[in-house]
Amino acid sequence: MRNAPTRSLVSKWSTPVILMGMCVLIAAFAIARDDAVFLRVVTVMFISVLLTVALQTFMGNSGLGSFGQYAFVAIGAYASLWFGLSDQQKRVTLPDMPITWWIYKQHYPFELAIASAAILTAIAGAAMGVAFVRLRAASFTIATFAFLIVVNRVALQWEEVTRGSRVVIGVPRQTTIWITVAWACAAILIAFVFKESSIGLKLRASREDEDAAASIGINVKLMRWIAWTLSCGMSAVGGALWAYFIVQFTPNNFYLHETFLIVAMLVIGGAASVSGAVVGAIAVALSSEMLRQTENWLNTQRNDGTSFGNLLPFQLIGFTEIVLAIVMIVVLVVRPSGLLSGRELRWPRGNSQPGVTDLAENIDEA
Amino acid sequence: MGSISDFVQYLVSSLSVGGLYALMALGLVIVYGISQLVNFAYGELIMVAGYGLLIFGRSWLPWVIVAIMSVICAVIVALGMDQIAFRPVRNASPTTMLITSFAVSTLLQSVALLLISPRPRAPRLPSIFVQSAEIAGIRVKVVDVVALVVSIVALTALQLFLRKTIVGLSLRAAADDFTMTRLVGVNANKVIATAFAISGLLAGIVALFWIGRIGQVLPTVGFQPVLIAFIASVVGGLSSIKGAVLGGYILGFLTIGLQTWLPQDVNAYRDAIMFAIVIVMLLVRPEGLIKPAFSRETR
Repeated sequence: MRNAPTRSLVSKWSTPVILMGMCVLIAAFAIARDDAVFLRVVTVMFISVLLTVALQTFMGNSGLGSFGQYAFVAIGAYASLWFGLSDQQKRVTLPDMPITWWIYKQHYPFELAIASAAILTAIAGAAMGVAFVRLRAASFTIATFAFLIVVNRVALQWEEVTRGSRVVIGVPRQTTIWITVAWACAAILIAFVFKESSIGLKLRASREDEDAAASIGINVKLMRWIAWTLSCGMSAVGGALWAYFIVQFTPNNFYLHETFLIVAMLVIGGAASVSGAVVGAIAVALSSEMLRQTENWLNTQRNDGTSFGNLLPFQLIGFTEIVLAIVMIVVLVVRPSGLLSGRELRWPRGNSQPGVTDLAENIDEA
Repeated sequence: MGSISDFVQYLVSSLSVGGLYALMALGLVIVYGISQLVNFAYGELIMVAGYGLLIFGRSWLPWVIVAIMSVICAVIVALGMDQIAFRPVRNASPTTMLITSFAVSTLLQSVALLLISPRPRAPRLPSIFVQSAEIAGIRVKVVDVVALVVSIVALTALQLFLRKTIVGLSLRAAADDFTMTRLVGVNANKVIATAFAISGLLAGIVALFWIGRIGQVLPTVGFQPVLIAFIASVVGGLSSIKGAVLGGYILGFLTIGLQTWLPQDVNAYRDAIMFAIVIVMLLVRPEGLIKPAFSRETR
């Protein structure tokens, strides 16, 4: 075929288009249905898509497991309050913050506040990243986990910047479904471009064999650091959007349970591809919502005292987590590379000759 | 007089807490040393033993029998974990294994939440957990002395098991070089199952004192112990048994010391400080205070 390279290029770049199209379709469907609960579920789902893609950018390409993502989600969420609220609002939301602080006078428009929070978090992530990228495998995961705990405990105590363990109040609900879907699409594009860039390729090479990658002159630590910093910034956007959607939260909303959920989404979908992250996030978010509704339905049946309800002698709590954990273990055992096995969703290429990019793809999928 | 008595009290409680922490860390390290698995679900073994105390404690059985049955439950669950979840991912990367254990931990916690209760429950406990005694004019808690003795007995017994029995020998060999050990004909499944059984046993023993100390059991009861085990084993050395014991005792002295002498408002940051130490330790000396006998390439 004469235009094989073009076809292959089209096929390659069809991935982000397909993924973004999926997101927009779901958003349009949710808006058309105009059901408040469903709209809420889908909005939170897009934030999960964004966070899972952010985690994929680092974890999928580097092969290192991070349990520390939610530390940066938390920093992003609180930072978006510092940048996004006026001083009157800060008096209500963060009453312990001293008026003399520089940050007290900062009041940016919503989107700019999110971007500022992302930059601030990326700087914090970059600083921590210098240390983290020196670690390997299990040590890395434990260190990021330790950092999650450090941030959680500091946030719970440092009332000047977070209101401590008390619930944050008075945050305006500015996040809409269109804003989340736009950011989720942006994240998908960024993650895909990063994965296909030379940095991403080098990082993926180091994932397969760190020593071999280093031996051909790849600066593995630098590549990891870049991906880590990018991932921290993207995570912060997720935190900020979530903060302005849920509007009431404490530092404990950015902890183990949430970490487990995002890691589960990524692992179930398949960490090695952006499509895996997106599909995993959508599948887990929608199915756990269905499970939660089943759970609620069964519990109300029980309260009605109907014959069906009597089948269950107990209140169902944590049922969703159980199913999710079992699915995750089964996926890890039966299909360790996730539902998509590291492949990207793409427009069929036709029977073109394998080119250079295909070789790279094959290595990736092996 | 007062200061000496204070000092002895500090020493006794540090040694007893340190002993427990050492057992917790050992339970983590004995599995990690062989299979490179950082078992996040270790805390849930403590939870299982705790619920054992609660459920068996409702019967007429004497408490010692209840305690033994609870420890056995922890061992059974530890073996089950290995069989069902960890054996199939044994050859995967340490990261995959860690994520698997994260899932197992969430699963067990949610099962407890579903089948028992999210609320704390108080199991039947013998009176030794609240009594204090006077030895040579110095008041100490009885449970501290018992924990101190039990931890030393357990550590000695484990040491003897590892040194004097064939199974113990193959365990130590497997911790040094698993592939080589298998090549000379040691059954891999058996060795790893033994390590998990010991891990469950240690978790069970720890649970008796941990639950006894806080007086209640709830689905998340294992979280604090597993964090302690993480800190102690990272400080001491993730693949060294001696290191785990040392790390446990250091942490015991540190915890009680900080509790006694640190002002209250700084104490709120105690966990943050401890975990900052973990990060620094991983960076400066990733192999911990005590290096394993043969240092291995970590994957």
